Amino acid sequence: MKTTEEIYKILKEKYPESTGDLITGQPVEEFISIAPLKISEICLFLRDNEELLFDNLMNLSGVDDANGENKKDETGANTIEGGTLGVFYHLESTKLRHKLTIKAAAPRENPEVASVAEIWYCANWHEREAFDLYGINFLNHPDLRRILMPYDWDAGYPLRKDYKNPEFYQGMKVPY
Amino acid sequence: MTIYNFLLKLTGSGILASFIQSLLPLFVFILPFALFAVLLERKVSAHMQDRLGPMRVGYHGILQTVADILKLIQKEDITPTDTDKPLFNIAPILVFAGSYAVFAAIPFSSAFIGTNISLGLFYIVAVSSLVVAGILMAGWASNNKYSLLGAMRSAAQIVSYEIPTIMVILTIVMVSGTLNLNTLSEMQTGHFWNWYILGGPGAGLSKFLLIPFMVIGFIIIYTSTLAEVNRTPFDIPEAESELVAGYHTEYSGMKFAMFFLAEYANMFAVSAIVVAIFFGGFQSPIGYLGNTLGIHWLIPIEQFFWFTMKGMFFVFVQMWLRWTLPRLRVDQLMAVCWKYMIPIAFVNLIIIGLITYI
Amino acid sequence: MLDFESEKEMITEENNIDYKSGNIKTEEMVLNMGPQHPSTHGVLRLELELDGEIILNVIPHIGYLHRCFEKHCEAMTYPQVIPYTDRMDYLASMYNEFGYAVAVERLCSIEIPERVEYIRVIMGEFQRIASHLVALGTYGADIGAVTPFLFCFRDREKILSLFEMTCGARLLYNYIWIGGVSHDLHPDFIRLAKEFVTYFKPKIKELNDLLTNNKIFIQRTANVGVMPLETAINYGFTGPNLRASGLKWDLRRDDPYSIYNKFDFDIPIGDGRMGTVGDSWDRYYVRVLEMEQSLKILEQALNQIPEGDVTSAVPKRVKPPVGQIYSRVENPRGELGYFIMSNGTVNPYRIKVRGPSFVNLSALGELCRGHMIADVIAILGSIDIVLGDVDR
Repeated sequence: MKTTEEIYKILKEKYPESTGDLITGQPVEEFISIAPLKISEICLFLRDNEELLFDNLMNLSGVDDANGENKKDETGANTIEGGTLGVFYHLESTKLRHKLTIKAAAPRENPEVASVAEIWYCANWHEREAFDLYGINFLNHPDLRRILMPYDWDAGYPLRKDYKNPEFYQGMKVPY
Repeated sequence: MTIYNFLLKLTGSGILASFIQSLLPLFVFILPFALFAVLLERKVSAHMQDRLGPMRVGYHGILQTVADILKLIQKEDITPTDTDKPLFNIAPILVFAGSYAVFAAIPFSSAFIGTNISLGLFYIVAVSSLVVAGILMAGWASNNKYSLLGAMRSAAQIVSYEIPTIMVILTIVMVSGTLNLNTLSEMQTGHFWNWYILGGPGAGLSKFLLIPFMVIGFIIIYTSTLAEVNRTPFDIPEAESELVAGYHTEYSGMKFAMFFLAEYANMFAVSAIVVAIFFGGFQSPIGYLGNTLGIHWLIPIEQFFWFTMKGMFFVFVQMWLRWTLPRLRVDQLMAVCWKYMIPIAFVNLIIIGLITYI
Repeated sequence: MLDFESEKEMITEENNIDYKSGNIKTEEMVLNMGPQHPSTHGVLRLELELDGEIILNVIPHIGYLHRCFEKHCEAMTYPQVIPYTDRMDYLASMYNEFGYAVAVERLCSIEIPERVEYIRVIMGEFQRIASHLVALGTYGADIGAVTPFLFCFRDREKILSLFEMTCGARLLYNYIWIGGVSHDLHPDFIRLAKEFVTYFKPKIKELNDLLTNNKIFIQRTANVGVMPLETAINYGFTGPNLRASGLKWDLRRDDPYSIYNKFDFDIPIGDGRMGTVGDSWDRYYVRVLEMEQSLKILEQALNQIPEGDVTSAVPKRVKPPVGQIYSRVENPRGELGYFIMSNGTVNPYRIKVRGPSFVNLSALGELCRGHMIADVIAILGSIDIVLGDVDR
């Protein structure tokens, strides 16, 4: 069983430029922040290394960090510019019984994160959901399309903080 | 004396007498039986599942089927657009005709048999195969992938399971020497130890040797006829949870009622065949009340009563099996038929042939 | 009647097909088990690519029941989210609330009285039995045996009337609150619950006689949909499905929450006695054995429950510190995880629910390859999904 600090040390030695900071101090979880385009490499290392053996991806969720500036666009609605969209990965090892939390933050305008769907098959649908609700583009995903919203929903990504419902969808009035 | 002679005396014209006689099984027997069987199935299934079943219409739900028939007659007859209209309309009629025509050769009592043809069993097996054509037509003409799948499975199943049926019928023909159902029933007179399931009306060693093989033959024919009627565990063609309703998905109203009635009529028809072959037909197991009292016209009525009771018992066992067992998958169904039943029926045939030779 | 005239022009030089077996074009049929179907357990659309009766691929299409749970939570306060969590996995509502309450209590570091812990465990285990009864009953009904379905639901009615006695609702409870429960137990509850436990033990045996050891059922489900262990872990399988593939992994033991470490119970795993390890029969049988283990926990809990005040620790306002947590519990269907991010206000910043059925369903394409249509129903029933959990 390893703690997060020990895993952070191992990662920092192996991939010094991709591994970001270890964010501690807030309850309850500490997490490691990692560069978004290198995450598939690091996850493969995390899964196959004998000391770590993270063979189970418990959860993958998109988060809107909302750390940009609030601006008003032409219709007077609030939008956010700048800032990042994040993806949290919760990993676990069934053999060595330790857990880890990782975060990858991608810029809001063109969010691209490397996909881990080939490493853990579980991530396939979770990444589709993050794409559907946040618009995060996962590179090298086998089948990236919307999963919970209708396939032709073109009015944006619902879980972003500055999302507005469209007026009409295929002729039906949306807000009622 | 037979009903034909009775009607001849009544009406004086042979054509009218035979016309009325041919309508008798339909109105006196099949329709009331189908009404009763629908209700029986619902009540039997309910009591097996620890609930009550229909209780509101009539006393404890007796008039439920009447209400159902009235409802089905009033329903709109919906036909989907792209279907093959002639085939779509003929299919329920074929299925019903195939089931109903079997009743012409079944001996209800010594006074009444629809037609006393000497090829009774052969005729029955041939005519009941019309049902396959009807089912295939229904599946194809519905323009629906589910119905097509159901119809193909059903055709394969019915055609395959006719073979063990015919083989067991062959063994009986060998033992008794006649294809005529009326004569078969008459040969099993006396008490229940003269029935074919217990070796037949002969006496001596061959009768006792036959008993286990007759029981095996009975089991084979009962299971194969279950498959021919599309009852669970062989009800893949109308598997409710897989194919919605199989080949009769797209039918509504009166046409659906015809499929429905045809299924119950078919159930009784195959039970009647099993009873006539193995269990003495209309003969009573314990002697006749009419004989002891000296009233001779009572005997045909008693025989009708016994025949109906035995038929109903086997229908009840069919319903019992339906609500207890799960359903077999298509390839397992075919495997049971071709790998198990047909070899066993063959061996049975050979052994019984040897025994009768002794 | 049918009339069909063949014209000489139909077979011309261009389309004069040479009918040898190499040249005839066969297509795969695409069959749609549409959103409305008697045995897809909800509104799920399965697109099957068939070659005759053999399946080449199964593509599930979901999203018909998406009710935007996660967006709603950002507008509610923490206690107001609880009725919404009920409605996700509506057949195991107590456990959804339990998981959420455990997550928020861990984030805010709230201590709860012991009686509340016992009540939560009792309700959770009753809910587990009720949920497994639905799963087993509907599985039998899909295979064709309609009678065990009625028997399972008759027993489930008794559990639901126990719940109704406690909190007034049969299916969606709003009972387990952050820091406690909403009402104390009815005075008769413990006596009736103990009566139920003694009543239910022979019923499991009856179910085994009727369905589990039935030869036809075994033929339909053994060796169908085999999931090897490594693939199962990689796909994120959890719960009875993972235990049926051979791994002794139960969150009540391996990542303990509440007071489960005080109780003594086994963890049943699948051993492939009717076919291979990890087939549908194993997944079914693990659920039957789990019901027996739940009865064991219930007996112990009902005997040991202390007195106390159940609403004393319920806070007036739930305002967690800035931070995040991922906390998980063992739903009857698998691992139910709540990822809660808080930014210090009374509204959650982000709640993500890791639904067990969502993850289990993604493996359906892998499991069904090479089987027949009738097997798709058997496999889908054995994975035991609830669409409310898949779509949220």
